[in-house]
This record gives sequence, structure tokens and C-alpha cells, in this order.
Amino acid sequence: MSILPALTVAVLFAAGTYLILQRTLTRIILGIGLIGNGANLLLVVSAGPPGRPPLIADDGTGGFADPLPQALALTAVVITFGLTAFLLALAYRSWQLTHDDEVEDDVEDRRIAKLRGEFDPDLDEPMDALEDIQDLDGGDPPTERDPR
Amino acid sequence: MNALLAIPIVIPLLAAALAVIAIRLPTVQRVLSIAGVATALAASVALLIEVERNGPQATQVGGWPAPIGITLVADLFTCLMLVIGLATVLAVLVFAVGQRGDDHESAFHPVYLVMTAGVALSFLTGDLFNLFVAFEITLTASYVLITLGGAKEQVRAGMTYVVINLLASFLFVVAIAFVYASTGTVNFADLTERLTTLSPNLRTALALLLLVVFGIKAAIFPLFFWLPDAYPTARTSVTAVFAGLLTKVGVYAIIRMETLLFPDNRQSTLLLVIAGLTMVIGVLGAIAQDDMKRILSFHIVSQIGYMILGIGLFTVSGIAGAVFFVLHQIPVKASLFLVVGLVEHDAGSTKLSKIGGLVRRIPLAAVLFLVAALSLAGIPPLSGFVGKLALVSAGFDAQAYAIIAISLLVSVGTLFSMVKIWNGVFWGTAEEPTPAIASGEVVHTPALMTLSTVALVGLTVAIAIGAGPIYELCERAAAELLDPSTYVRAVQG
Repeated sequence: MSILPALTVAVLFAAGTYLILQRTLTRIILGIGLIGNGANLLLVVSAGPPGRPPLIADDGTGGFADPLPQALALTAVVITFGLTAFLLALAYRSWQLTHDDEVEDDVEDRRIAKLRGEFDPDLDEPMDALEDIQDLDGGDPPTERDPR
Repeated sequence: MNALLAIPIVIPLLAAALAVIAIRLPTVQRVLSIAGVATALAASVALLIEVERNGPQATQVGGWPAPIGITLVADLFTCLMLVIGLATVLAVLVFAVGQRGDDHESAFHPVYLVMTAGVALSFLTGDLFNLFVAFEITLTASYVLITLGGAKEQVRAGMTYVVINLLASFLFVVAIAFVYASTGTVNFADLTERLTTLSPNLRTALALLLLVVFGIKAAIFPLFFWLPDAYPTARTSVTAVFAGLLTKVGVYAIIRMETLLFPDNRQSTLLLVIAGLTMVIGVLGAIAQDDMKRILSFHIVSQIGYMILGIGLFTVSGIAGAVFFVLHQIPVKASLFLVVGLVEHDAGSTKLSKIGGLVRRIPLAAVLFLVAALSLAGIPPLSGFVGKLALVSAGFDAQAYAIIAISLLVSVGTLFSMVKIWNGVFWGTAEEPTPAIASGEVVHTPALMTLSTVALVGLTVAIAIGAGPIYELCERAAAELLDPSTYVRAVQG
């Protein structure tokens, strides 16, 4: 097996993982695309060593490349394509609604973090979250609750 | 060639296509949906009867022989899952039809039918790659269902849900590539034989990779975090079918994998540890929540632990307990969420602080909740008690005392949560009442919504009443699972 496809898969996975760990939706989608392509390439690589004829060998030995992984990869490529399109549509909808490209925190999670009385100052835009919580509670900020 | 095997997949897909054509005719769509799911359910009942008499059935799609063509296989486990799963799908569908006044119903029906076909295919497939395709069909439909409406909260939670599931799918592709590269086949029956020839280390690596993939779908510890975030944002009928069915598809895949592909079972201890942690974390996570939907979502996670416990024991009685527990969970979880739907319809909210005293407004829903909740907590004589009893006695036989103690403690925690919901929703008064409660006017609940919830709770009661024969079937299914030779013979003819 040649080392090049294996290396390509490794690079795609590494770069994809890095991008998915970001907080920006567009980078996450790019990361998903890279990892998806890496996985599909791995399917092709699983067919074995390269260089065999696609259908019938000239030398009459009858050997040919294994078609099954290619069929599997084709199916997986189509699925990856469709889902990336869906993800892009979802990200666009998110941008329409919030005018922001960031992944937001779960409001309920923040409420529980707040119940502990240890609201994490590192979370981005804590004031926004507070407003969200106030919206949910109909005005009363949860800090005034029984801290138990 | 047995056509019964293909009907639960093909008919819902066909109905979905017709429902897209009939997009402007809501009544036609409703009839198509219900007829499609009902046909699939009827076919799976017929299949269950045939498999019960004649053993596992297999068919090669397109007539190609086993290793090349796509195989559909049905053994007892498959059929039991299909029948209970499709019955739940049908009840939730009727509930959704009853829930009028919804702008997105024309999109809901086709997607819901596609999801049904995907779930049926995941149960019936006899091929690892086809299982991936089945997962993708189910998940793609679920992505649409969870974000249907496109509200801000749905888009936020839907994004997490889609990304985590896509990642799991890519890991699945990686696992398939490794399995194919090392064995040269993706057919389950072939893999049973060829995987044993691999080195133990390679086999363990493949097993763990697949466990991570299915574990994300099944929401086991530590891969569950997406579930309580994503599920509560969808419409209640959608959450009900997700809660009842989708995580159980993951559990189904774990049971299949552990018994059929890696029967030498090197993950037993790992699975028991995961089971304990899943149960405890799920039940503790529920305590801090203030929303009915979120409390119940955390309990989905905690109950998954019991199923993993049965698989981890890896004895006939353990697997039989796990199978029974899955079968009981599907309708119980779905019916609890349908009651949430009734509460939401009446009171306009599911937050415990905003509602209260609903027992006077919707007494029937209160009774239905009580039956389903006590069953979930495992109170005799309901079905949850039978499932937990089977698992506990299997645990005693295997001398796994620690995990049994944990599972009993978690039951107490479950009961605590259910009492908390009961007190907050049906008893007492609301702290900050919603307009509907404050006005004191009773909202009319459509008959179909109530009827379908009654039917689903009735199904859980029926499982409790018929527990003897059903558990016997589960034991036979477990014996079949632990001895794959009949399965392999059915596939290879």
C-alpha cells in the first residue's frame, strides 16, 4: 500500500478535528467536510494495494480491482454531500436568526450553572444569557431565588 | 425470497413519496401516513409469527447471493423490536395528526415516514454497510424533524445534534473501512466467521470503535451530553418518537454487535462500568432540572444504562432481561412524552414552576402519567418491574452485586424524579402560572391526542399483563443471539 493516501487521510482527520473544536459554525462545517472526505478516502484505501486494472487485466490473469469499497465510498460521498448541504442551510438559518456565527450555549445549562452561584465569567456574553434567562422566567432573574 | 421482510421498509418509503406528491392535500397525507405505518406494523406482526414458528428468515435483495447482495434478516429479536417499535410509531403518528393547528404538517408526514423506514431497515439489515445507510436515513429524517419550524432554540440545539451525529457517522465509515480491509466482507453472517480469525488486539480495536459509534447513537456515558440538550426543543410528538425509538436503535446495534460480531466478549467489564455510570449520571442530571421534558430526557439516558447492564452480564438471562427492558422502554418513554404533549396543550408550558394543579384540569392525563411513570420507576405490577426483576436476578446469577446495588439505587432516584414531576405538574399550584392556568378555563383536548396516549399506555400495561409469554419470547431471542449458528444458516442458505 502506498503511503500517500494514508497520510492524506491522517492530515484530513487532523485538520478536520481542529476545525470542529472551534466555536464558529462555518469552521465546524468545513471541519465536518474534511473529516467526511477523510473517512470516504479511507474506504477507498481499504480496497487494498493500488495499480490493479479496473475491469479486466491485459495480461489475461483475470485480476481486477475490488469494486465493492468503491461502491461503498460512492454511497458515503453522496450522503456526506447531502448532509453538508443541510448543515449549510442550518447555519444560514442560524445566522438569519442571530446575526452571529457562534455556537451558543444552552440557556437551561446556564440557568443551572447560575443556580450554583458560580457563573463562569469566561462564557462569552454573559449579559445575553442573563437576558435569555430573564425572558424564560418572565422577568425574575434566577439569582433572587433560593440558592439551595 | 420472503417479501414480508421488505414490506416494513418499502411501504413507508412508498407512502413518503406519495405524501410528497400530495403535499397540498392534508387529509390524503394523513391517511397515507397512517396506512403506510399500519401496513408496516401488520407485516412485522406476520413476520413475528412466521419467525416464531420457523426460525430466522433471510432474503437477498435483488436476488444476488449473500456476500455480494444486500441481506435482510429477521430473527426473534428483530421481530419483537419491529412490532413494538412500529406500534409506538403508529400511536405517536395518530397523536401528531390529532394535534391540529400546525403549519408544518405537510412536511412532517413524508419525513416521519422516511424515518420509520430507516428504523425498520436498521432492525432488518444483515450487513454492516447497510446498517450505516439505515442509520443515515433515520438520522437525516430526524435532523429535519428536530429543526422543523426553524425556531431559534431548535436551530441552536439542532446544530449540536447534527454535528455530533455526523461525527459518529464518519467514525462508522472508518470502522467499516477497517473491518473491510481486515476481513474482506461487510456481511454480518460472514463477519461472524471471519472476525474470529483476526488477532485479538485488532478485534478489540474494531469492537471498541463500533462501541463508540453505537454508543453515541444510544447516548451511553460519556457520549450522552447531546441528548438532554437536543430532544426537548423539538415538537412533543417528535420528541416522543425519538425518546422511544432512536436511542433504542443504538442499543439494538450494540446488542447485535456484541453477540453476532464479537461473541468472545472481551468488553464485559467495560460495559458494566459504562452501565453503572450511565444510570447514575442520567438520574443525577435530572434532579437539577425544572422542565418536564428535560427531566424525562435525562431519564432516557439513565434507562439506557439498564439495557447496557443486561448486555454486560452476557448470559442468556442477562440478554433476555435487556431485550425485555428495551421492549418495555419504547412505549413507556414515548407515552410519557405524549403526556407531556397533553400537558403542554392544556397549560401552555412544561416548566414545573409555571404549571400546577393540572389533576383538576386534565385528570385522564394525570392517570396516564402515573401509570407510565410508575412503570418507568419499576413499581410492581407494571412492566418496568418485570424488566428490572429480570435484570436483577440475572445479575445475582452472575454475582455482579455492585452493579445490582447501583441499579436499585437509581430506581429510587427515578421514583424521586417522577414524584417531583407529579407534585409540580398535577398537584399543588403554579408559582408563576401561565395565562391558560391563571384564567382557569379548560382547553379542549382533541380526542385523537388522548386516544393515542391511552393506547400507548395500554400497550405498556399489556406488556406487563403478558409478561410471562413475552419474557419467554425474549429468552428464546436471547438464546438465538448467543448462538448465531441459526442466524448464519438462514443467511447463507
